[in-house]
Amino acid sequence: MKLETHAWPGSYGAEAKPRVGFFTDTSICIGCKACEVACKEWNHVPESSEGFTGHSYDNTVALDADTWRHVAFIEQRKEVGVDGAASLAQSASLDQLIDETGLGTYQEGDGLRWLMASDVCKHCTHAACLEVCPTGALFRTEFGTVVVQEDVCNGCGYCVPACPFGVLDRREEDGRVWKCTLCYDRLKDDREPACAQACPTHSIQFGELSELRERAQVRVETLRDAGAEKAQLYLHDSDDGIGGAGAFFLLLDDPEVYGLPPDPVDTTHDIGTSWKAVGAATAGLGLTLAAAVFGGRR
Amino acid sequence: MGSNMAEQHPVGFQWVVEAKERGASVMHVDPRFTRTSAMADLHVPLRAGTDIAFLGGVINYILSGGREFTEYVRHYTNARVIIKDEFRDVDELGLFSGWMPEDGVYDVSSWGYKGTQGELTAGKKEQTGDVSGDQAHGAHGMKLEHGEPPEQDWTLEHPNCVFQILKRHFARYTPEVVERICGVPREQMLHVAETLCRNSGRERTGAVCYAVGWTQHTHGVQNIRAAAIIQLLLGNIGRPGGGILALRGHANIQGSTDIPTLYDILPGYIPMPHPTSEDDLDRFVELNGPDTGVWGSLKSYTVSMLKAWWGEAATPANNFAYSYLPRIDGDHSHYPMMLRMIDRETKGFIVIGQNPVVGSANSSLQRKALANLDWLVVRDTSEIETAAFWYDSPEIETGKTRPEEIGTEVFFMPAAAYTEKDGTFTNTQRLLQWRFKAVEPPWDCRSDLWFTHQLGKRVREKLAGSDDPKDRPILDLTWDYPTQGPQKEPDAETIMQEVNGRHADGRFISKYQELKDDGSTTCGSWIHAGIYADGVNQAARKRPGSEQSWIAPEWGWAWPADRRILYNRASADPAGKPWSERKRYIWWDSDKRAWTGVGDNPDFEPDKDPGYEPPEGAKGMAAISGSSPFIVHPDGLGWLFSPSGLVDGPLPTHYEPHESPIDNLLYRERSNPTRQTFERPENPYNPPGVEPGGEVFPFVFTTYRLTEHHTAGGMSRSVPFLNELQPEMFCEVSPELAAERGLEHGGWAMIATTRTVIEARVLVTDRLRPLRIGSDPPRTVHQVGLPYHWGRKGLVTGDSANELLPLVLDRNVHISEYKAATCDIRPGRRPRGPALRELVAEYRRRAGVSS
Repeated sequence: MKLETHAWPGSYGAEAKPRVGFFTDTSICIGCKACEVACKEWNHVPESSEGFTGHSYDNTVALDADTWRHVAFIEQRKEVGVDGAASLAQSASLDQLIDETGLGTYQEGDGLRWLMASDVCKHCTHAACLEVCPTGALFRTEFGTVVVQEDVCNGCGYCVPACPFGVLDRREEDGRVWKCTLCYDRLKDDREPACAQACPTHSIQFGELSELRERAQVRVETLRDAGAEKAQLYLHDSDDGIGGAGAFFLLLDDPEVYGLPPDPVDTTHDIGTSWKAVGAATAGLGLTLAAAVFGGRR
Repeated sequence: MGSNMAEQHPVGFQWVVEAKERGASVMHVDPRFTRTSAMADLHVPLRAGTDIAFLGGVINYILSGGREFTEYVRHYTNARVIIKDEFRDVDELGLFSGWMPEDGVYDVSSWGYKGTQGELTAGKKEQTGDVSGDQAHGAHGMKLEHGEPPEQDWTLEHPNCVFQILKRHFARYTPEVVERICGVPREQMLHVAETLCRNSGRERTGAVCYAVGWTQHTHGVQNIRAAAIIQLLLGNIGRPGGGILALRGHANIQGSTDIPTLYDILPGYIPMPHPTSEDDLDRFVELNGPDTGVWGSLKSYTVSMLKAWWGEAATPANNFAYSYLPRIDGDHSHYPMMLRMIDRETKGFIVIGQNPVVGSANSSLQRKALANLDWLVVRDTSEIETAAFWYDSPEIETGKTRPEEIGTEVFFMPAAAYTEKDGTFTNTQRLLQWRFKAVEPPWDCRSDLWFTHQLGKRVREKLAGSDDPKDRPILDLTWDYPTQGPQKEPDAETIMQEVNGRHADGRFISKYQELKDDGSTTCGSWIHAGIYADGVNQAARKRPGSEQSWIAPEWGWAWPADRRILYNRASADPAGKPWSERKRYIWWDSDKRAWTGVGDNPDFEPDKDPGYEPPEGAKGMAAISGSSPFIVHPDGLGWLFSPSGLVDGPLPTHYEPHESPIDNLLYRERSNPTRQTFERPENPYNPPGVEPGGEVFPFVFTTYRLTEHHTAGGMSRSVPFLNELQPEMFCEVSPELAAERGLEHGGWAMIATTRTVIEARVLVTDRLRPLRIGSDPPRTVHQVGLPYHWGRKGLVTGDSANELLPLVLDRNVHISEYKAATCDIRPGRRPRGPALRELVAEYRRRAGVSS
């Protein structure tokens, strides 16, 4: 079955639970940031003020060791009509659209679009962070999620460049790496993650991944039928560079617009070939060195 | 309109999102493109303070196109009622009949129904000359014989019937006029109007949501009246999916209005007695209660309340202690009260759950008032600006005053947070939801209930043994609430039991209709009667929606009598049949001879036949016909035209904000002629835009909140996780205004009025856009957006937007115009110290305003 990882469900045997994750439907995100606050409250994530950034209403900027949920705000100017007003013809066609589908526009209006999207660790199927972790601090849970064990992490930081999304980050105060645990403690208690529970519009949906994926497929088709041409699922494809994600998204525009990599790849994917190349290079280097050393004696 | 629901009511907004998913059209009319606009099908930017012009355009579109729901309008509204011959609609000046220029108020007697006696003024017969213009209470005071307007024309063609008056009044609100006043392209207004019309009628309904974006104007009440006219014309009141939803400022503002914390009403909207009724309860009832409709039982409500308050001491012999009630002798609303402090007439002030130094208009004036008190008590969860004003304020920073010059003795008392106490929240739907204490309050923090209970106890102890008659009202109070827990917290449920009330035998009242005027029932608030029916805390019911019908009757409790939709008789046609299967809600079952429905409680007598006609001399609900849904009004009709209850006109009329860049394009009166202004040195006004000096303040600004903070910041600026989300005061400006004034994105700007100058970080955004207004030639007006959360205390600090605002009030409810004023904006940080005073003085000089 696709979406199976190296460790899940195989290594858990009978103790394996269904793989769970997030479907974040950004089309109904209202940018309230309740997810950011709920996450910090529940997980005791420290304050991390960046001051006033001027990035629209986004003052937390990016996911990092002290921000495990991050709401992006993107203001886009769109060309509509004369003097920014919808023409009568456009109004009429909008009416028709409302009549036919009951759906108008999302996060846009009057020549302007304000995209809002809550980002989080993707809990990749092929998680490079976990592969490169030398201490075993990063592990795959029985729910198929990826968690850093704070009492094991020694702060080596190998996982930081391994993550194709820049999610993993060391906390300056203690040197260790911190990120979203998908509220592992709550999952074990049969409760949904704090962010999903706090989300007032169900933009963040938690559940079994197989069910979420079906729901997302229906939703994106509904939006496309309603005229949201660029509506797309992100990290939903189990054949993509990370084997699909445990936390995937419905976006209204291309991933780059949200600051997300369009085609992320598991950075350890080519590690076998890499080591062969390293071996060949080392051998070559050895010869060169030998030549240099011995040549030098001449 | 007038609401940024996604940002200020994100939890409630989930239902808007869900409605949209199910096919609803969502339209947002607002000066700024907000997070609500982002979720709407259509956003229409308009100039702040011009909502009535926009809504007038919608009303005109409905009436001139014959788009009203005719049967609903004819039967359920006062469209057919003939108004007095003396009534004159607004003329060229913009004045209705009855204007008294020397007093600046209206004699409203000409606005009544033809054939009724003229009221002294705006529905409040007790009102005397010195408080003319004080708040009037809806239908109080209007008398009708057996609930019927004396003269009516069912064809709606009589020139003086409400329908024809309405048509004439709004005829001048053409799409062209709307465009020139509001800066809204006519196509957009027409699109909104057409969408509303299409989503109304038998098969469909539409709702209007508003908040303080409508109320905080010098014509705030009339903004809402305009929405009421639209919803009545389209048949959107009393039906599922319809209504006008007042989104309140925070979780329990609705509850504090109902019970109330307002200065001029008693629980359940019973008017506060004036001195004129002396000690005569019957005289009070006669002056304040119509004989017909729900208010026909005012005496029962009042006597039951007096019995709840004074128990055994309230007897038939002493008029149930009616003389114990305080009397109101003038305008004691917030701003006049603050002015009385400056004048040293008010000596003490207890502030609970409020931070006037940040949250009220003209902060400097607020601080001056506090500085002239003898004593001030502030109860809050952290030391807010109102508690710290004496040592930390702009006046101290600029050297205008010094702490040692302020004689006010300040008591700061730590308050429990909402998670640390039991109680209810009442939402916009009048739904009370019980919340349970999660943790005990820490340290010396105590609930407001504990404080009030203790204050009462200690005052009573001090007065014990007094034989001074003026102490009797306090000594005779029923004040024996049981306490519980380590802090001896009064049991909130016992308070609720007192609010609910009991029969003489101790049984709990189950609905307000059981209340008696003979002293045999008690009830602290008649509208809440039944919240403890059967000895059960009905507000604490929390059966999940998935386990019951969509009405969710077992979730919380709604006043009055657990009715989820008010005036729901209007969901059926005059004969009692549903208007449509799709929108059926309450209907008449002719076999059972009873009102039935999908699960809500009918707000009609359960067995009143739709064909019932009141007999001669009928009183109370018996005077309401079987096809008159608006039972709170003495005639049972929805009021397109307000014959009583308002002081500034029976119909909404466009007036400019007090501080406006242009003249009124419709009338000669620029702004609402009844608005309350205060010509005092502490309260200078910017000159109007068209007059000399007006050019100094060429821009419009509006104030608002952000999701990330809570009102005046007392509960949010102490929370790091919220502060990092919105860490600094900022202003929002369009790229065009930024270019015109050299404002740099991310830099600093000074925003100036004649009150003061503040600074803010600059957020340049397309979400604000210049509007084209006026004509011959049209001109551009820029709007500046200012969130108002910051102050000098808390973990994040910044200048308060409300420092900039003047006091200028809507005379109906004495609310200040926070949402539209004029300003200047320029790049850079404001000066510190005395240099700031010099800058303000320079602005005043340039504008010709004396310092």
